[in-house]
Amino acid sequence: MSSTPHLPPVATIAQKTVVDMLAVGKRVDDRGLNDFREMKLEIGPIERACGSALINLGKTKVMVGVKVEEGEPFPDTPDEGVLTVNAELVPLASPSFEPGPPNENAIELARVVDRGIRESKAIDVKQLCVQPKRKVFVVFVDVYVLDHDGNLIDASSIASLAALLSAKMNEYEVENGEVIYRPELRTLPIQNHPVAVTLAKIGRSLVVDPSLDEEQVMSARLTVVSDKDGRICAMQKGGAEALSVEEVKQGVAIALSRAPEIRSRIMEAVKT
Amino acid sequence: MNRQEEPVELINENGLRIDGRRLDEFRPIKMKVGVLDKADGSAYVEQGKNRILIAVYGPREAHPKHIALPHRAVLRCRYHMAPFSTPERKSPAPSRREQELSKVIREALEPAVLSEYYPRTTIDLFIEVLQSDGGTRCAGITGASLALADAGIPMRGLVAATAVGKIAGQIALDLSDAEDKQGEADMPVAIMPKSNVVTLIQMDGGLTHEEFERGFDIAVKTCHTIHEQQKAVLKERYLAIKEEVEGKSESTKGEEE
Amino acid sequence: MVAPGEILAEGRYLSGENTHREGERVYSSRVGVVEIVGDRLGVIPLKGPYIPHVGDVVVGRVVDIAMSGWIVDIDAPYPALLPASETFGHRGPRGRVDLSRIFNIGDLVVSEVLAFDRTRDPLITAKGPGLGKIASARIIQLSPTKVPRLIGRKGSMISLLKKGTGANIIVGQNGIVLVSGKSPDSENAAIRAIRMVEREAHTRGLTDRIQAMLRTRIRGE
Repeated sequence: MSSTPHLPPVATIAQKTVVDMLAVGKRVDDRGLNDFREMKLEIGPIERACGSALINLGKTKVMVGVKVEEGEPFPDTPDEGVLTVNAELVPLASPSFEPGPPNENAIELARVVDRGIRESKAIDVKQLCVQPKRKVFVVFVDVYVLDHDGNLIDASSIASLAALLSAKMNEYEVENGEVIYRPELRTLPIQNHPVAVTLAKIGRSLVVDPSLDEEQVMSARLTVVSDKDGRICAMQKGGAEALSVEEVKQGVAIALSRAPEIRSRIMEAVKT
Repeated sequence: MNRQEEPVELINENGLRIDGRRLDEFRPIKMKVGVLDKADGSAYVEQGKNRILIAVYGPREAHPKHIALPHRAVLRCRYHMAPFSTPERKSPAPSRREQELSKVIREALEPAVLSEYYPRTTIDLFIEVLQSDGGTRCAGITGASLALADAGIPMRGLVAATAVGKIAGQIALDLSDAEDKQGEADMPVAIMPKSNVVTLIQMDGGLTHEEFERGFDIAVKTCHTIHEQQKAVLKERYLAIKEEVEGKSESTKGEEE
Repeated sequence: MVAPGEILAEGRYLSGENTHREGERVYSSRVGVVEIVGDRLGVIPLKGPYIPHVGDVVVGRVVDIAMSGWIVDIDAPYPALLPASETFGHRGPRGRVDLSRIFNIGDLVVSEVLAFDRTRDPLITAKGPGLGKIASARIIQLSPTKVPRLIGRKGSMISLLKKGTGANIIVGQNGIVLVSGKSPDSENAAIRAIRMVEREAHTRGLTDRIQAMLRTRIRGE
């Protein structure tokens, strides 16, 4: 059952500052309304994973690990590999995260990141088939939130793409339905680059990449995931208040305009 | 029943869909309120093969006490699908999808409820999908608004919801399950027509910016249409009684004179 | 008749019961009938929860015995507290009497709301004329929104029912009504009449129809 959340006690003075400043078009950290925070992407910090990426988006830190393993296909897609995304809001990341199975926020986070990757067909899953109906490769994308300072969705989505792009698995041959691995490494069959851009509505303003302070005063948020051709592949409105019809259209337009720059930052980081 | 999904022609040569609808037609909705005895408010919605029962309990004392908020009611929402609701039996345990939908549906209705009237209480909303065929979260939201109003909970307005999608390259309204599975995009939208605000929007698939704007406008317009039906359904019981007895009094008065 | 979110008026009107204002417009907050008193717009709701008001007489059921009183379910979103000091006989010759001797769990109590605000649960009293434990009665539950109609202007409707059926009727503002009569017949007649008021509260000509129905009953005896 989903329940109206208890918001952690925030100094109302801090909240008021965010709102007051936005009323005159300024953000507390001096960013433009459409600007992302400073982003740092570290590729491959976890050697044991097939792929990994650590993102610092402002003070938000998210680690994503990618693992590829042999598994069974789903019955309705017998010749396709499987993608599965999980997210953990680890207790050390925030005073408001509690240990336990993923709660609705972790589940929503995982499912939105999943939709971005899946609907953009970022992974060419047909190339991950070993033997139809019997054996395919399963790509596990595990999102591990380490420090919550707002906008976990975008941070997770960016780091997931970086981890997938830089992931390596062994070259392999299929013999009699079994996988024979070779020592050389290959990348995963990635054919699209989905990027999430989230906007928060505060007062009458829409701001891109909300920090935690901004999230705590926002009335609603809108996430738009777009691919390398500018097609929208996923959207998610969140928050307990509403967006006007105009604000939704505006938000989509802003998100589509900001995604390409983020995409090229990811590609750059992965290349090096 | 295990079925291999065979690709079906989503739009035939006459421009009609599998169930004979045109692209811009939504499945007619049957709405009823006050269908459950024990609940404070209730509604039943039928749309295509969808059968959804919604109950509201509250405002009521918060149990356990610590979940209560000091200045407003806590809204709790559970979206759940019955094991027999889908072609293949679904496990009764709440799936990740049901958990996500419980959250987005709650967030779709929060803006409509004047929760400040009942501090330290909970308003519990239960959406049970008895049979599903695509678009259950939308039908659920439409019905939940009815159930909340039926319970007499003060609201800013009603919320109506519908989904638009893309099938065989064309924008289509209110996708059925088969159309969603084989289609290229699905976008559920919930609107509070009173102030024309969006309380839910999600999307998965692939839409160009232009397709999104076109589909979104169609969804908004459709929600306004559904809203007219919601208002009528809420009043019809009482108007029927009014007609029945006021008509009768007029005639009995005539007889006695 | 209006539904939540429907516009009632624009401009200089006051937003009354069950309405809300947004900018220049007044909207209905519930399903109900519009009532205009001067420039104040209100909506008489058809259904809704009971919110206690000081002075309300309510019928409740004891659900728990606490240290200094009883917790009473008055069918409201908040449980009511009946302090021991608000009953008779809570002090015996040897100090505090065992509270369960006065009211036990499950007892029906008619009480009056002493205090209530949204930050605390309602406080009720059983000291007063007509208040206290009810040994037995038929219990009818209605939406509290129908109570004003059931009582009628200056009690006219409820007097009509009492006289017309010979039954004793206690109406709680919380929608719980107790009926006890000398015969099951008189009780049933009262219950039928109460249900008719409940069903037709929002219509015109109700008093006439109730009178007609009670006359038929008397003639029938």
